[in-house]
Amino acid sequence: MVTAKISCKKLNAWFGKVHSVRSLDLDIRPHEIFGIIGPANSGKTTFLRTLNRMNDLDLHFRMDGEVLLDGQNIYADMTAEALRSKVGMVFAMPMPLPMSVFDNVAYGPRMHGMRDRKKLAEIVERSLQEAFLWEEVKDRLGMSGMKLSGGQQQRLCIARTLALSPDVILFDEPCSGLDPISTAKVEEAMLILKKEYTIILVTNNIKQAARVSGRTAFFLMGELIELDATEKIFTAPKDKRTEDYILGRFG
Amino acid sequence: MSRRAHISQKIAFSLLFLSTVFVVIPVVAILVFIVKNGVGAISWEFLTSYPRAGMKQGGIFPAIVGTFYLVFGAIAVSLPIGVLAAIYLNEYAKDTLLTRTIKLAIVNLAGVPSVVYGLFGLGLFVVFLKFGTSIVAGSLTLAIMGLPVIITTSKEALSSVPKQFREVSLSLGATRWQTVRHVVLPNAISGILTGAILSIARAAGEAAPILFTVAAFYLPKLPRSVFDQAMALPYHLYIISTQIPNISKQTQYGTALVLVGLVFILNLVAIVIRSRFRKKKKW
Repeated sequence: MVTAKISCKKLNAWFGKVHSVRSLDLDIRPHEIFGIIGPANSGKTTFLRTLNRMNDLDLHFRMDGEVLLDGQNIYADMTAEALRSKVGMVFAMPMPLPMSVFDNVAYGPRMHGMRDRKKLAEIVERSLQEAFLWEEVKDRLGMSGMKLSGGQQQRLCIARTLALSPDVILFDEPCSGLDPISTAKVEEAMLILKKEYTIILVTNNIKQAARVSGRTAFFLMGELIELDATEKIFTAPKDKRTEDYILGRFG
Repeated sequence: MSRRAHISQKIAFSLLFLSTVFVVIPVVAILVFIVKNGVGAISWEFLTSYPRAGMKQGGIFPAIVGTFYLVFGAIAVSLPIGVLAAIYLNEYAKDTLLTRTIKLAIVNLAGVPSVVYGLFGLGLFVVFLKFGTSIVAGSLTLAIMGLPVIITTSKEALSSVPKQFREVSLSLGATRWQTVRHVVLPNAISGILTGAILSIARAAGEAAPILFTVAAFYLPKLPRSVFDQAMALPYHLYIISTQIPNISKQTQYGTALVLVGLVFILNLVAIVIRSRFRKKKKW
């Protein structure tokens, strides 16, 4: 048995009175792409945002249970800032900050005190290469990140996350606003990135989960219905509800 | 398009256009009137010499200098405090009954008549804190009067920065303050300066708040310290319009013209600064 990278024990989450994640027990292994599928309001995104404490920003958010990252409780043993530099996030909509390509990628390291220009330049180049964007932008690093195309912007956001050398990257429906070619590029990047990082992918696109994730979890109404190797989920689901969702009977 | 829709479109358009004209006419009329009547009084001597012969001759130099002091004093106090308060209210304060009450109070403060600010300044700064009638007391009174406008416009500017920018910054491990400092403020600065512009204009033009707190009828020399009294343009204008019999109309309108011109120049400076920041804005 591999030791878990992230381990959730009896995790519950509420927004006000809405119980969005229900008593979740779940282990995520190092260097896997862990796919999460499920209809709208199934708690996928809430779960994902619990893992880097982005839900803390919402005043109505409440949770109990434990989330362990390498054995450390992320809500007790570390600050939110330290956690977020280890657990990066790529949002659904590409959202570069209103600054240059270079500054976008250098933002994270700079906020953590990195001042050395040479090192920053190295980090920026490495991150952009890992996100498959370097060749397209290397001559215009000073250009505003917002002038890139949608697919390039999303890869810039991935590079920005990689610049912090995180352990885990959370993808929250990263291709929902992208065309098929850009989507293919992002997926290709994910498959290579899993060698270095652990990836959790929330997606509305069932086929995407089938293409890239090693294991897939099916969420419904805040509950984990089924979790298995992706081939099994897609070829021989044990639960009727999983089968119905995959076959497009609801959601 | 049907005939009726076409006609009502025409009517709506004419109404909107007429309303705009109606707004512009008085502004233009006032400016033309002041310039026409006052421009003859403007001379180097008028701008750089002291009043003579019971205000009827000479210039308005000390009043111009006094107004500069007061405006800069007021902005130097109210801009930082106002912006910091706006940051607190917009970025940090939780949505409780107390913060909602504070926000409501700030909005209402903007509607308090300026003479009330004058009396407040008299009570607090002149009498209680024993600053006397002085530039400090007048500047602080003007600063307090300007605060609601600065806070409200700054808050508006801060909240117009997309929420997603904050999320992105925080998701990269930045602290709240780093997020405010590096992402929110740089993108809100032009809106904040709009608030500053509005309150500069008001601080320069109001007579009531300085009436009891700083303004002198006549001073033979410039103020030497912030605890001295000073002359100021709006108050000077009020005096020569009401207290001095047989003064030439030209002097009155000349003073008004200088006041309007001064506000215009101060605004222009702020607008130039703002447009430089706007060029940096990239979305």
